[in-house]
Amino acid sequence: MSTVDPKDLAAFSEQADAWFAENVVRDPGFMLPLTFMEVGTDPQFHFLRDWQNKVWEAGYLGAAWPKAYGGGGLPQAFQNAATRAMRKHHGPIMLNAIGLNWAGPLLLEMGTEAQKETYLKGILSAEDIWCQGFSEPGHGSDLGSAQTRAVRTGDHYVVNGSKIWTTLGRYARYMILLARTDPSTERKYDGLSFFLMPMKAPGIETVPIRKLTGEHGFTQTFFTDAKAPAEGLVGPEGGGWKVAMRTLEYERGARGGQAGGYVSVGANAFDVFDLAQRTRRGGRPVLEDPQVADEMVGYLMEIQALTLNGQRTQVPELIADRPQGIPLASKLMGTEMSRRLNDFAVRLTGVRGAYYVDEPEAADNGLWARNYLNAFSATIGGGTSQVQANIVGEHVLGLPKS
Amino acid sequence: MKDLGRIGFSEDQATLLEVATDFCQRRSPVATVRRLMEDEAGHDPAVWAELGDLGWLGVAIPEAFGGSGLGLAEVVPLVEQMGRRLMAGPFVSTTLVAQALVAGGTEDQKREVLPRIAAGEAASLALAELDTDWETDSIACAASRLPDGRLTLSGRKVLVTDAAEARWILVSVRLDGAPALVLLTPEDLPVDALRRETVIDGTRRSFALTLDGSVLASDRLLDPDRARATLEHIHLAANLLAAADMVGGTQACIDYTLDYLRTRTQFGKVIGSYQALKHPIVDAYTRYEQARSHLYSAAHCFNEQGTGEIAVRMAKAAADVAYSFAADRAIQFHGGFGFTWDCDAQLYRRRAIWHAAQFGDAGFHRKKLARLLF
Repeated sequence: MSTVDPKDLAAFSEQADAWFAENVVRDPGFMLPLTFMEVGTDPQFHFLRDWQNKVWEAGYLGAAWPKAYGGGGLPQAFQNAATRAMRKHHGPIMLNAIGLNWAGPLLLEMGTEAQKETYLKGILSAEDIWCQGFSEPGHGSDLGSAQTRAVRTGDHYVVNGSKIWTTLGRYARYMILLARTDPSTERKYDGLSFFLMPMKAPGIETVPIRKLTGEHGFTQTFFTDAKAPAEGLVGPEGGGWKVAMRTLEYERGARGGQAGGYVSVGANAFDVFDLAQRTRRGGRPVLEDPQVADEMVGYLMEIQALTLNGQRTQVPELIADRPQGIPLASKLMGTEMSRRLNDFAVRLTGVRGAYYVDEPEAADNGLWARNYLNAFSATIGGGTSQVQANIVGEHVLGLPKS
Repeated sequence: MKDLGRIGFSEDQATLLEVATDFCQRRSPVATVRRLMEDEAGHDPAVWAELGDLGWLGVAIPEAFGGSGLGLAEVVPLVEQMGRRLMAGPFVSTTLVAQALVAGGTEDQKREVLPRIAAGEAASLALAELDTDWETDSIACAASRLPDGRLTLSGRKVLVTDAAEARWILVSVRLDGAPALVLLTPEDLPVDALRRETVIDGTRRSFALTLDGSVLASDRLLDPDRARATLEHIHLAANLLAAADMVGGTQACIDYTLDYLRTRTQFGKVIGSYQALKHPIVDAYTRYEQARSHLYSAAHCFNEQGTGEIAVRMAKAAADVAYSFAADRAIQFHGGFGFTWDCDAQLYRRRAIWHAAQFGDAGFHRKKLARLLF
């Protein structure tokens, strides 16, 4: 697995490049979601599910997962090459993000053999869409206080309660679910368990939530005496907190093993730079305004720094003082920059900044305002930036808990 | 979009980083830094001799002239660790003068001076003037030719560091209307040409240099055809090494503040548990990591036409913002102690201000970047 023949890799890269050049559909006739959290319509969903399935069948997704579970059994470098080709040809996002990036690598690491055999292939093929049930209406960032109850009855658990911000909740066949199996533990964390929960079952209701963009992307999920099979437990009963924390490491990219591809194509600074270069105000290029130019340079420096940070983590000597620093801080840095950058983009468009999606006179069909509003999904979801700052402060800088 | 640079790290860089980390920590504890601030020379001659023995003065000097034949990329980790320990002395100015000679000196000058620098002779850089900006060709000091071919100088340079002990001083002047560089020795200077300046960074020994009355042999002029390019090169090299010093200082400043946040108790709690302090120090830390990434990209790409300049300006701008913010917050977060002379936060803040005033601050370099990138 570890040795890579450069010739094989080069041939694979070339094939991937040709495949994506030929197979990427540029315009399906409707707006494609930029992230997996923005899949709001059936045509979007079916298009992206078919696309992921096609990429997987061609061998360019899960290339580094074991063959026995639907993967390609190749070294990671091959999947990286495929992902690069996907990006180069601006392929649409991979739909089944929670399966590919979080649940999948988690099961590869901690799942039972039966769980791996049951679930992994469907994740790659997009036949089984996955969602996540961590946050609750009363407990967002404070996951450890989750109240959804799971009570053991014979070979299954009976689940009651509610989860919120369930991305792809309408479409999901399975949920990774954090639920309380014991409300009496001294430490609240010790009463939690981690389940692979079937979603198409009696007692489960999903209600769409309308986002601040006006679109529908996720749901609230209600459990009323819903059955979670006991063989779907990951880790021991009462050991759910540790499993959930490991899931978050995968979610935040602090740990490798993801199936590959990408699940968002958020605008980067270079796209905003392109916008700045073609935007005029009062008949003059907006970049001739020194204040705008200064701010633009600041963003170019920032995105360059994040790219360089990623490269630097490959050089052990240059991260020796705090090896976990950049990985644990990258979500905070990246998502906050994206939010500010899209705000800057909206202001760049001047008078048109007041327009929104579907207004014919809006710059880029109102994309920037929508990007800005959607950027909060990343600064809030997966742990708010404020919680992220606590994590960096405590785990990287060694400060006491807040 | 132009190539903005990338991270690369050589084995030599890794070795030098490891050696410098240990050496600077041992030889420049903050008590020593504070003692040397009160010392006339401002640095320890024994440490200077050790730097020579370690070969650091010749790292970026070609082997033919007594150096190791590496580049500024390998000097960066050394200066980073010196900045981290607030080390004083003419290492950076000496290195920059050597680089100027490598880039724009005559063969005779290289043969004469470079081996002596590699062997431990200090050199100083006299580029700055009071009423000019940070542009490389912004020079009012002048040289003119006497009938016998010698050069006579006029005008005043400022922020000439360690000039009192330098064996060589590289001076920018205007000659026949164009920028030029000349190499002075102490013997060329009139009596009282040097006046010690009071500068914000107390670890520096800085002088104003009055050139009026200095007369030089014509062979003290660096290659006039390459003067402009050499000046550009030296400004970029100076910014690269300044960024290195600043990134090292930012790290130390954050570590120093963290020590306090982890131990100081107020209202019954260790103050580092308060998010009003925790979150801004995380902010300082993420800026530091970004600045360090820019630094090592600039070091790696320094010699690449176009990309080198972009990467260096980004590194200096990022380092200025990161260091200034970290040190400013370091003073504030130490509370009443932060307002005292004894708190080290002020040492870092002063050093950051010193660097911002030399070779361009963050705003200056962003303006330059806008011209390079748009």
